[in-house]
Amino acid sequence: MHPVRKKRIIAISSIVVILGLALALVMYALQQNINLFYSPTQIVNGEAPKDVMLRAGGMVVEGSVKRDNETLSVSFEVTDFTETVRIEYKGILPDLFREGQGIVAQGKLNANGTMIASEVLAKHDEEYMSPEIAEALKQSELNSTSSNTSY
Amino acid sequence: MAFDSFSDFLQMGRHGFYVWSTYGISGVILFAIAWQSWQQKKQVKRQLAKRFIREQEK
Amino acid sequence: MSWTWFHKLGSPKWFFQFASRWSLGVFLSGVVLLLIGLVWGLAFAPEDYQQGNSFRIIYIHVPAAILAQSCYLGLGVAGFVFLVWQMKMAPIFIKSVAPLGALVALIALVSGAIWGKPTWGTWWVWDARLTSVLVLFLLYMGVIAIQNSLEDKILADKAVAVIGVVGLINLPIIKYSVEWWNTLHQPATFKLTEKPAMPMEMWLPLLISSLGLYLFIAGLAMLRMQTEVLNRERRSSWVKEEVLKNGI
Repeated sequence: MHPVRKKRIIAISSIVVILGLALALVMYALQQNINLFYSPTQIVNGEAPKDVMLRAGGMVVEGSVKRDNETLSVSFEVTDFTETVRIEYKGILPDLFREGQGIVAQGKLNANGTMIASEVLAKHDEEYMSPEIAEALKQSELNSTSSNTSY
Repeated sequence: MAFDSFSDFLQMGRHGFYVWSTYGISGVILFAIAWQSWQQKKQVKRQLAKRFIREQEK
Repeated sequence: MSWTWFHKLGSPKWFFQFASRWSLGVFLSGVVLLLIGLVWGLAFAPEDYQQGNSFRIIYIHVPAAILAQSCYLGLGVAGFVFLVWQMKMAPIFIKSVAPLGALVALIALVSGAIWGKPTWGTWWVWDARLTSVLVLFLLYMGVIAIQNSLEDKILADKAVAVIGVVGLINLPIIKYSVEWWNTLHQPATFKLTEKPAMPMEMWLPLLISSLGLYLFIAGLAMLRMQTEVLNRERRSSWVKEEVLKNGI
């Protein structure tokens, strides 16, 4: 290859590599700010600041949702399967909010580690299926658990 | 067909507004860029042709 | 290995004739595939068990997002080729594709926002995926702004080539943002190594509409490049013949 072109390739590649490295370092340093939310483990371990607006994310624990019918208040627990955090919220929940669903809540942590949320967003995974298949899956799960308990 | 009737299709459950506004906006954008690309080529050709003819007449 | 194709691609005249033969066919087959994919996805694919029919937004959202990234990959590679080999066709490609990329990125952002409202509960959130796609859109806008504002065309070509190459860094950030950080956005629908996490009657129309949008944009890119070739090569005799051949 022509030496001038070789020089150009080396120059361009090194610029891109250096900029890429610089950006990677910046993003590494800002990791906590780029993360949209804290996991329950991080909150329980005290990595999340108290009394500051922040987001917490996790899966709504089955059977943990308590609604107050008169005031629209709702309280539930989210988990990352290691730790759980209780969240209290007053307002309208998104369509996809249900037990077993991933959610992200924005709010402040109080002194006993409960989050008082001002906004609750539903997180969705990349799995899509038709209602019929979902129903069939649920049935087969029920069947397998009932056959397990019959032992 | 995933819908029982045409009005069901338009309603999309409770999501008609979201689905149809998305496709409406996307359709307008795609149509506009296609039309603009086509017109631009025609226009440039016409301009160049005029100029070449003028040069020939000189 | 033969390099003739590389040199041919670098010749504006050869490209113009190639595109004259192919651009319309590619564009029209894109339109047909896109329509098949969208009608299939909108009317015949089953609804999602959780999201219901708002899920159907995926049939334009995912193709637009794929195209927005593919166009930028092409733009960055063209920038590299121009900076190293000074190939004439490279800046023509960049200038023609940037507006197309900007618009598909816009479609991805807008359709995502409209989809996010009923699904997540918000139009927009500053998570890593959404923000990095917004940066992609702004990179396209930067390329367009430079091409339109700099009087010195040679300088403009060089400047956008540099932006193109440097902006390539954003592509892996978009791709891996959903894995490196906690985001509201879900992981990728199509992965090269795994089967998609949806049944065939859902992903087949998505594949078709993605392919359709690819061809749609490719056809338009060829058309716009032809325009740019005519503009830049106006002093060569073949352009004169080409323009006068068809009458006015």
